[in-house]
Amino acid sequence: MTAALEVDGVAFAYPDGHQALFGVSFRIERGERVALLGPNGAGKTTLVLQCNGVLLPGAGRVTVAGLPVATEHLKEIRRRVGIVFQDPDDQLFMPTVAEDVAFGPANLGLGGAELETRVKAALAAVGMEEHADRPPHHLSFGQRRRVAVATVLAMEPEILILDEPSSNLDPASRRELAEIVAGLDITVLMVTHDLPYALQLCPRALIMNQGSITADGPTGDLLADSALLAANRLELPFGFDPRALGRRQPD
Amino acid sequence: MATGHAHPLHLPGSSPLHRARPQCKLAAAFLFVLAVVATPREAFWAFGVYAVALVALARVAGLPLPTLARRLVIELPFLLFALFLPLVGQGERVEVLGVPLATEGLWAAWNIVAKGTIGVATSVLLAATTPVPELLRGLERLRLPAAFTTVAGFMVRYADVIADEVRRMRIARISRGHDPRWIWQARAVAASAGTLFIRSYERGERVYLAMVSRGYSGSMPVLHDLAATRGQWLAALALPAAAAAVALTAWGVRP
Repeated sequence: MTAALEVDGVAFAYPDGHQALFGVSFRIERGERVALLGPNGAGKTTLVLQCNGVLLPGAGRVTVAGLPVATEHLKEIRRRVGIVFQDPDDQLFMPTVAEDVAFGPANLGLGGAELETRVKAALAAVGMEEHADRPPHHLSFGQRRRVAVATVLAMEPEILILDEPSSNLDPASRRELAEIVAGLDITVLMVTHDLPYALQLCPRALIMNQGSITADGPTGDLLADSALLAANRLELPFGFDPRALGRRQPD
Repeated sequence: MATGHAHPLHLPGSSPLHRARPQCKLAAAFLFVLAVVATPREAFWAFGVYAVALVALARVAGLPLPTLARRLVIELPFLLFALFLPLVGQGERVEVLGVPLATEGLWAAWNIVAKGTIGVATSVLLAATTPVPELLRGLERLRLPAAFTTVAGFMVRYADVIADEVRRMRIARISRGHDPRWIWQARAVAASAGTLFIRSYERGERVYLAMVSRGYSGSMPVLHDLAATRGQWLAALALPAAAAAVALTAWGVRP
């Protein structure tokens, strides 16, 4: 069976010469939820932009559900890979929530009743149906992030990539978003340095540091390895008990 | 600070005026103003007819007249300019309360006040019955290039975001003891403006990235079918047609 996302020996340098990725390889199977952990500047966002072809690798290749990321089928790649960016204000730019959710599928050529069904379903999946006609800036930050997830779900992607989904959320919004993500029947790659959130949502984790993958395994095991975390500039929050981690498995 | 209300001029309602297609309203308002401007200034009665028509429309739309009247204040600077004309005008003079005023200047001032007020009142009425996104869609239907309407749309969407950023930067500045009173202390404010520009520019890049990631390829998708029927156009254009008839009559009966 083809993997939902396959990254094979990807290396990338920015035009200014800064080398951000050094031969990154991993596979994510259909239906998996995987966390991509790493400190600031590890190359996580660069890697994410390789997955939908905004950046193209200098060496190696990225395949999404069997289709290689290349200029000739960027449109299909961008349908298959849904990225939720960190700041919802960057993602939500249309006058109303419903129009914003419709933006992606409309770009795919959908219209009329089919488009409406997509928008309704995506908003329902994040519990925001009743806000469909409001302007995005009238919503709370947590609601805006949920709408940002809906804008991507409306494109029915193969894989959902969340960039720092828990940043700036209050505890209740954080839990609500976790419940939504856990309830979705979709492959998820979650980029974060919020380790408890990764443990809560993702059975498997990749650790990235200085442009390479340094560890790949069950999230609980990785987080219990304090030497590994320290070597990669990752830290558990104060009072978070690493001894409990091995026993606890995400639902 | 305008926090979170993007359409401060819009007064929601469900009157026929609110429900009319935006492109019809825009065209009607524009043509109506043209007819008003083309009316000879001596025809006082014609301006009375225009004013009555606008008040009637406001009543139909169920808009509070005092609120609309307050919004007319925006034209005050122009009215001040008009007030000077009779004082500085040349030629024949008349005495009003002991002040010699130029007749030609008085006519010019009246012309500006009457036509300006009716023009502003028309746009106030349009803005009160049409939310900004609809105005933009209307302009798009009227074949304004999509680049203009898209840019205007982004401006509306991000005005609050940027205003909020300005507010946070100001608070951060005064929290560190900045208390600008003199012009040479403006340096920090200028630096903030520069930072704001860079930040907005970077946000633009991020927004574009997010758009591209959702399949944007240079043109905004059309999400609304706003085509107006012949009946809707006829209803909307009745106003400027009536105004044109009034203007023509005014020219005809001119002494």
